[in-house]
Amino acid sequence: MTEKDALFEYLLRLGDNALILGHRVSEWCGVAPALEEDIALANTALDLMGQTQMWLGLAGEVEGAGRSADDLAFLRDAWDFRNLLLLERPNGDFGQTMMRQFLFDAFQTLALAGLEASTDQRIADIAAKALKEATYHLERSRVTVIALGDGTEESRARMQAALDAQWPYVGEMFAADAVDAAMVEAGIAPDPAALRPAWDGIVLPALHEATLSVPDSDFAHRGGKDGVRHTEHLGHMLTTMQWLQRAYPGATW
Amino acid sequence: MAATRLSRCDVVSRATTEQVREWLDGVPDPEIPVISVVDLGIVRDVTWQGDTLEVAVTPTYSGCPATSVIAMDIETALRNRGIDDLRIVTQIAPAWTSDWLSDKGRARLEEYGIAPPRASGGPDRCPHCHAQDVERVSQFGSTPCKAQWRCRECLEPFDYFKCI
Repeated sequence: MTEKDALFEYLLRLGDNALILGHRVSEWCGVAPALEEDIALANTALDLMGQTQMWLGLAGEVEGAGRSADDLAFLRDAWDFRNLLLLERPNGDFGQTMMRQFLFDAFQTLALAGLEASTDQRIADIAAKALKEATYHLERSRVTVIALGDGTEESRARMQAALDAQWPYVGEMFAADAVDAAMVEAGIAPDPAALRPAWDGIVLPALHEATLSVPDSDFAHRGGKDGVRHTEHLGHMLTTMQWLQRAYPGATW
Repeated sequence: MAATRLSRCDVVSRATTEQVREWLDGVPDPEIPVISVVDLGIVRDVTWQGDTLEVAVTPTYSGCPATSVIAMDIETALRNRGIDDLRIVTQIAPAWTSDWLSDKGRARLEEYGIAPPRASGGPDRCPHCHAQDVERVSQFGSTPCKAQWRCRECLEPFDYFKCI
């Protein structure tokens, strides 16, 4: 794998994480439990879509095959996506959506802070922009997880169930592979494995405050960021997300 | 510029960048029309590149849907002033911060009923009755740049311009 190939792969990971989570979160638009939450979720999704545009735009530029951010988003099949498995899982209830957001926001703020120091100025610039938004998202997802965990019996049970279901998908965020190694070597990106202690420092105290118990297992589902084995949910999601461009290729408005 | 090639702009004495900035100060933000795109701090640079006027604009939030409308409004305003050869470029670094909001913009926001951003992360008073007893309703609001707050004194809800 050349450095250019690795960089392209890495940018797809950044872009696909934002795209897939952004699309999932946008599914709440109009059906969230309260108007304020509906607006908050829609705004979060909007930020993620903006970040997608920048990451996939740069990915297309690096690839040099004339593919735009839209081409990459709408014309690839499930096995070409490089997002974390955690992010493609269905939303579940509001508690599951916010738990997923919190687990990812904590990781994302750390990854983006590392990327701000990237030797690739284009990446550093996008990261600096995205970090401001991610930090704001984390502020909200953190307090929401705490409020729901340390809430009623019903909300606590749902948050514990959300944590138990999502915990096996946490490990993939920190699992480094050859693409990560090439990025670290070139000074382009931080080593994801090295972000774990800081992530624990954000997440564990919040879960404790939320009165939730952290599952006692390191088992990690993998296969999203390298595209080897996505869950069955991604394909279903893409049929909705990509439908218009697939049915009417090149449609614009 | 080469003396052998006189462009139209040289003939009609092209607008100074200060003049252009003044014109842009007349272009309202499409979502908060009481402030201009200059007040918002998103016009980062105005330069002449040869005969082409280049305006660098930075997005407030990366997914803000108003960004393309703003670019179109700027283009329309400048074309109406007779500038045909222009280019609008998106500049993402340094990332926009609400610190770039002008003092005039801050005052206008408050008059309009939107509490201006503050470093402490929340408004110091209600933009309607100026009481200081305010509470946050939601971290997000009707546009990406705003959050929802409420005054405990006059009980009116109001927008707060997020500080980032």
